[in-house]
This record gives sequence, C-alpha cells and structure tokens, in this order.
Amino acid sequence: MNPVIKLASTSVAWLLGIAWVFPLLYAFWAAFHPPEYATQLSLFAPLSLENFKAAWQQAPFLRYMFNTLVITSLILVSQLVLCTLAAYALARMQFFGSALVFALILMQLMVVPEILIVENYQTLATFNIIDTYLGVGLPYLASAFGIFLLRQTFMTVPQDLEDAAKIEGCSLLGIIWKVYVPLAKPTYFAFALVSISYHWNNFLWPLVVTNTEQSRPLTVGMAIFGAPESGVDWSIICAGTLISVGPLLLLFLIFQRQFVQSFIHAGIK
Amino acid sequence: MSRKNQLYAWLLLLPALFFLVSFTHFPTLKTLWRSVSTLGAQDAPLTIDNYLFLLEDETLIQVLSNSFYYALVTVPVSIVVALAMALWVNSKMSGRSALRLAYFTPTILPMISVANIWLFFYSPEIGMFNAILDWFGHSGINWLGDPDYSLFSLMVMTIWKEAGFFMIFYLAALQAISPELYNAAAIEDSSAWNTFKRITLPLLMPTTLFVLVNAVLNAFKLVDHLFILTKGGPNNASNLLLYYIYENAFSFFDIGYAAVLTVILLLILVVLAIIQFTVLEKRIHYR
Repeated sequence: MNPVIKLASTSVAWLLGIAWVFPLLYAFWAAFHPPEYATQLSLFAPLSLENFKAAWQQAPFLRYMFNTLVITSLILVSQLVLCTLAAYALARMQFFGSALVFALILMQLMVVPEILIVENYQTLATFNIIDTYLGVGLPYLASAFGIFLLRQTFMTVPQDLEDAAKIEGCSLLGIIWKVYVPLAKPTYFAFALVSISYHWNNFLWPLVVTNTEQSRPLTVGMAIFGAPESGVDWSIICAGTLISVGPLLLLFLIFQRQFVQSFIHAGIK
Repeated sequence: MSRKNQLYAWLLLLPALFFLVSFTHFPTLKTLWRSVSTLGAQDAPLTIDNYLFLLEDETLIQVLSNSFYYALVTVPVSIVVALAMALWVNSKMSGRSALRLAYFTPTILPMISVANIWLFFYSPEIGMFNAILDWFGHSGINWLGDPDYSLFSLMVMTIWKEAGFFMIFYLAALQAISPELYNAAAIEDSSAWNTFKRITLPLLMPTTLFVLVNAVLNAFKLVDHLFILTKGGPNNASNLLLYYIYENAFSFFDIGYAAVLTVILLLILVVLAIIQFTVLEKRIHYR
C-alpha cells in the first residue's frame, strides 16, 4: 500500500480510538481532580478523592449496587437453569408441537419485553410485585436467546455419549447435567457474560417497575443522581458514574479476550 | 415410551415457556385487545377512538419521522465505522489490541452512565464541543436545546456507543475469510482497493445483513439516552417511538393510546423479522 495512505489510515484509526475512549478518560480526569479542574486540563491539577466521597454520601450507591447484583444474579441463575432444560428438549427430543414452540421462541428474539412495558407493568401491578427484585427480574427469567444458543450447542454433542450414559443408568436430568452441561461450558460462559452486561446496564424496565431504593438498580439510581434537577456538580457525577461502572469495567478488563470472544460467539450462532 | 418422552419434553420446556409466553406473547395479544378496549386509563366498550386519534396526532408524525430518520442515519454510519474499525484491528498495525479495546469499551458501559458524561460534553457554556468550536471562533451551538441539533446530537452519541459492538461481528467474519483468497489476489497483482471490493466486501455480505437487522432493531428499542440528554425535546424534536410510548403510559397515563403506539412498534418489528427470516436466511447460505 502507498505509504502516505497507510500513514493517513493509521492516524485516523488512532484518532478514532482516542475519541472512543475519551469520555471514559475524561470521567477519570474529572472524578479524581477538584471540581474547578473539570473544565481545564492542567498537569499541575492536584489529585483528590473528595468527589468520590461526596458522590458516595449523596446517593446510596452501596444499596443500588447490591440491588443490581441481586437482580443480575437472580436473572442469570434462572436463565441458566430454565434455558438448559428447554434447550435439551428442543435439541434432542421429538415431541408434538416442537415446531410451534421453536417458532414462539424465535419470535421472542425480535419482540423483546422492553417494548411491552405497558402491559408487563399491568401484569406486575395485578400481582402486586411492583418495586421488588422479583418484579424487575420476572420478564427475563427465561431467555429465548439463551435457549437458542444452547440448543445449537447441544445439537453438536455426539449422540453416543448420551447413549452410553443411558446404559450406565443415568436419569434424564443426570444426562443433561453430566453429559451436556460440561460439554457446553464455553457457550455458558459466553451467554453469562452477555447476560450480565445486558442486565447490569438495563434501564427502561427497571425504571418503570421500581419506585424506591428498595429495589432500584444502579442505572436507575444514576439517572436520578445525574438529573440536572438534583443540582450535583459534574465532578461528582463523574465520580458516581465511575462507581457505577467500576465492577463491570473491572470484569471486562480482566476477561477482555473472553468478553470479545463471547460477543462473537453469541452473535454468530 | 414415546408418550412418556412427550411428557418429559413438555415438562422440560414448561418453565421457560411459561415466562416467555407470560411476558412476550401474552402481553402482545393483550396490547391488541387494550388498544380497542381502553380509553385513557379507563376500560371502555369496543372502540376505535384510539386509532382515530392516531390520525390526528401530529406529535406522532414527528416522532415516527424522527425514529426513521434516526435509524436511517445511525445505522449506515455505525456499520461503515464498524467495518473500518474491524479492518484496522484485523490488519498488522502495531497496537491493534489496544485499539480493539478502545473501540469496544463503549459497548460494555451502561447507556445511562455514558449519557451523563456526554451531557457534559454537550452543555452550552462549559461543554467540550463548544470549547472546540470556540477555538475556531464559532460562538457555539446549543446541542441539546436547539430543535435543529438535538436529534443530531443523539445520533452522534448512538454511533459512538454502537459501532464497537458491530465491529466485533465484522472482525469475526474477517478472520473466517481464507488467506488463500488473498494470496491468489496478490499473485494476480490486484490492487488493495480491488481486493477489498472483489473479495472482502462480498464475503462480508451475510455479516452486513445480520448487523443491519440488529442495528435497526436497536434503533427502535434503545431510548435510554433520551431520559438523560433531551427527554425527547425540545418540543418533541428528538422524541423517538418507544420514549413516546413511555410518556403516554407513565407520564400522561393514557394507557389506551400507549397500547395503540405499541401496536405500531410491534408492526415495525414484525416487518423487520420477516426481512430477517426471508432475505437474510437465504443470503447467509450463499457463502
């Protein structure tokens, strides 16, 4: 390639890269320096943790984080169990109505619960579970995407392994647990990362069904905390933002390669 | 045995199916019913008033045109940027794993949190964008408060948020292309552009279609940033369909009309689903 074009292309690539991480870098800058340095970059700006202290005092982050953690785990555990059972049935069993079931599942890939907030809110109100962990998690306890992904993986497991387990006297659930689950580990890992980052970041549905600190997750808490009406200044908002994305960001940096692989894996299947 | 098998299969499926049906299929049907049986927040005898109001609602025309315009700009731009990113990250450029990390970072951050940071960039007096304009002697733009710019400002942030996510799919597709094809092209002395046009681009076609459908879906599903940046304003200049549904249901308490709007959104998604399962599935096999 022409060296001039090559240099230009490399420069654009790096400029774009800087632009893409800039908001996060800026948040770090503003959060770790006194508020007067939020709008000016100076080498001599003193470091400070005051913003984190203020953010921590102004919003119940620990509570929000705990809520997010409970909701995300509740959803993940339920999804892993329910999707495994359903995926096995769809991958390996012949039964009346399997085509219909599969069509219903494919449909849910398109029509996600988010756009049905109005009706789903009414359902939760009927059962009186607004503003509870269960309420936030309920529409996501099963995942069509998870079922689909695991079904594809289970279909690649050799039938011989299952037959051998049967001869040894394994029960149906035993076969799923001892033969299929261990062989699908990479898929589980991929699905778990996608699910965790989705529900850690989910906003609209939790906003609709939570009213108090009791069940409010980080995203909804951040929206209230960052609202202009709350009158909190930028440096403190940045500190709060970092607190809220911290755990996920850390997870991402540690499992960077797996994260990227997982998103590919999940997207291609 | 077969009957027992049938029973087991259904028992395995039942828990998952229960939740999927209760929170997707059932509410979809319920929405249709509610759109003809609820006026405001009250039950009513069978009525088409909600649908009649649809025709008079000028805000809806604005919201729909915003939504389509938003999709029409953010989707192609994100895709082109994502493709360029994937090509760079896949090349032998030094530092490419750092670049990949940089491009991918916005994907894993919550929309709400990054919108808070962007809100600051866009703010009229102290924001970064106006500071940059100031260097060039421009007096500055009210990015979120000016109806001519607010939707555009949302688009810029959306492209930033989405491009890295789509890059991943292109990256996977690029790595799956056989190096022999490129060796053959080198022997034929094909130019870089020609190789890209004749080999890379056609082989990326299935990925492009996959990304395209997902990008359009996201354009209609993701409105989190509106809550922070513009709240659909000023004067609905940046309002999008799902946010308008939220407003009708939870701010104006017009449940019946929110149901009609949801029906429109469902129709859009059905059309997208049909495109995906007909055009897309066929094209994918041609590889």
